[in-house]
Amino acid sequence: MRKLISIMISVTLTLLLVGGTAWAGKPSVGFVYVGPVGDGGWTHAHDLGRKALEAAGHETSYVESVPEGDSERVIRKMARKHDIVFTTSFGYMDPTLKVAKQYPDKTFLHCSGFKQGKNMGNYFGRMYQAKYLAAMIGAGMSKKGRIGIVGSQPIPEIIRHINAITLGAQQVNPNIEVEVLWINSWFDPAKESDAAQALIDNGADVIVTMADSAATVQTSKKNGVYAIGNDTDMAIYGKEAHLTAAVWNWDVYYLAAVKAVENGTWKPGSDWWGLDSGIVGLTSFHPDVPQALIVQMNREKGRILSGATDVFDHGFTKQDGTRVTKALSDGEMLGMSYYVKGIISKAPSS
Amino acid sequence: MEFFIQILIAAVVMGTPLLFATLGGVISERAGVINLGMEGLMLVGALVAFVVMLNTENYFYAVAAAALASGLVSIIHGVVCLMLRASQIASGLALTFFGTGLSGLFGDKLMGETVEPLSRIPIPGLHAIPVLGPVLFNHDVLVYFSYVCVGLSWWLLYKTRLGLNIRSMGEAPEVCDSLGLSVMAYRFFAVIAGGMLIGIGGAYFPLALTPFWVDGITGGRGWIAVALVIFAFWDPVKALGGAYLFGLALALELRLQILGIDISPYFLKMLPFVLTILVLTLVTIRNNRRGIQVMPAALGKVFFRGEKH
Repeated sequence: MRKLISIMISVTLTLLLVGGTAWAGKPSVGFVYVGPVGDGGWTHAHDLGRKALEAAGHETSYVESVPEGDSERVIRKMARKHDIVFTTSFGYMDPTLKVAKQYPDKTFLHCSGFKQGKNMGNYFGRMYQAKYLAAMIGAGMSKKGRIGIVGSQPIPEIIRHINAITLGAQQVNPNIEVEVLWINSWFDPAKESDAAQALIDNGADVIVTMADSAATVQTSKKNGVYAIGNDTDMAIYGKEAHLTAAVWNWDVYYLAAVKAVENGTWKPGSDWWGLDSGIVGLTSFHPDVPQALIVQMNREKGRILSGATDVFDHGFTKQDGTRVTKALSDGEMLGMSYYVKGIISKAPSS
Repeated sequence: MEFFIQILIAAVVMGTPLLFATLGGVISERAGVINLGMEGLMLVGALVAFVVMLNTENYFYAVAAAALASGLVSIIHGVVCLMLRASQIASGLALTFFGTGLSGLFGDKLMGETVEPLSRIPIPGLHAIPVLGPVLFNHDVLVYFSYVCVGLSWWLLYKTRLGLNIRSMGEAPEVCDSLGLSVMAYRFFAVIAGGMLIGIGGAYFPLALTPFWVDGITGGRGWIAVALVIFAFWDPVKALGGAYLFGLALALELRLQILGIDISPYFLKMLPFVLTILVLTLVTIRNNRRGIQVMPAALGKVFFRGEKH
């Protein structure tokens, strides 16, 4: 009997030791998503990254459509189950930080926020660079000189993208008008569609969406105007309208970050990867887009890739007329709450 | 003026799925059965409509299949809370989760597929009326069908023996029972008929509003419909006004921005719900003074045959 007990104790200790120090194989990875994986946009793009991890031999799981206000519970559940947890919405920031403190031996990575901890870092891509380039195509294809933007939630990230779109469009047409309508939601297909309709009714002939579904592409197709997709290639939903899409390639980041944790080289920090890493990019262009426009866009793209320029580093005018001459720091870009000149709508008051 | 008309058109379009769902809720709740599963039933209707449309390219089949599918799923609600006498609230919530999950599961493979949306068919003569014409009589067939459904529901509930019986089931099922009417049969009928209308409301999303499949395509409109049933005081005609008013709130949130009017989006978002609470409170106070009861008296109450209350 005593022997049995001692065997049990030693087995338990061994198991604890194994469990506590090393992973049995590759680290397992959990994802917390704000939308459904079938949204064909933001969450879908992250899930493609998760599938790349799965293909690389990692065990993964995810929970979809997690409300930001109720995310702590889910994040904790994922922390119990996995070695690395990715939380992929701005509103998950504080809950992630809280859970990270409770699970110091796990690694947490939060997308699109700014807070860090001993075992929590954040990551994002410089999507504004891709939006800027996509907008050059959009502006070149607008006959009326008016771009309509369907805004999702009025947070700095989206305002930054809207400004980048406006500055990009101005590279091609300095007199372009940009109108913004906020749907105040990340995902509401019927409302996205209605917003696109309202923008088209009001004179826009190129629609850019910041929201997650392809509803705006469909509505643009119905109205015979062009659209630029968001987060994933939305051409399948209306190739007649789809000029291009600024897309995420999260696999690039997820594979690298997980590798770093696996090798023990990961440190908490802020990863904000740009166009050069491949984390963001553009999809193939509509056949109507003239070659000259693509060449013009590629020239600007080359300048961004070489580091010769960035979107917010060569001066611009704010909507209120004040001139910004210095290059913006990452911090200033992350906290952007004003519109640039060229946007005819009023900036959201916060 | 053009802008004003566009707002009203958008209000009708956005209000139509709400109207179908609210009518369904009204019929079910008039018989005394609360249905909190509307969001789930709408999603089932949306999914089935999209799949059938994709395969047959026939709008009629798509709408009929959506109604049928949601009707079938409603039977679960009926069995659980009428036959097994479980809580209607819990069963309804479960139905929502069931419908959401089911549509996500089967909808997974439909990503990227699109269908041709219903086209607008102006009603000859009527569409030329200033303001009212473009706002009410230049829509797709499902919008016109929703008008018919309002009329039919009203006629059914107030002008037929069947409707009288249905309403009685929601007021005093024990009396109906003593008169030899089958509470079970009438309530089942109302739950299924209501479910079918809710399913058609769901079908409106992929057939007209957003002609592709995306998980959670209804964007939570089923919950607004739950509030609307109360807002409309369980009346089909008031449901029409309520649905368009809520549709107007949805349309206004975007159009006020175009006008540059700075109203907090959070205020506009909560407007439908605040309105519901406000109207409910005011009318209840008024009715209490006059001694009128608007809410079906037996709403949500489990009926046990032969038991005294």
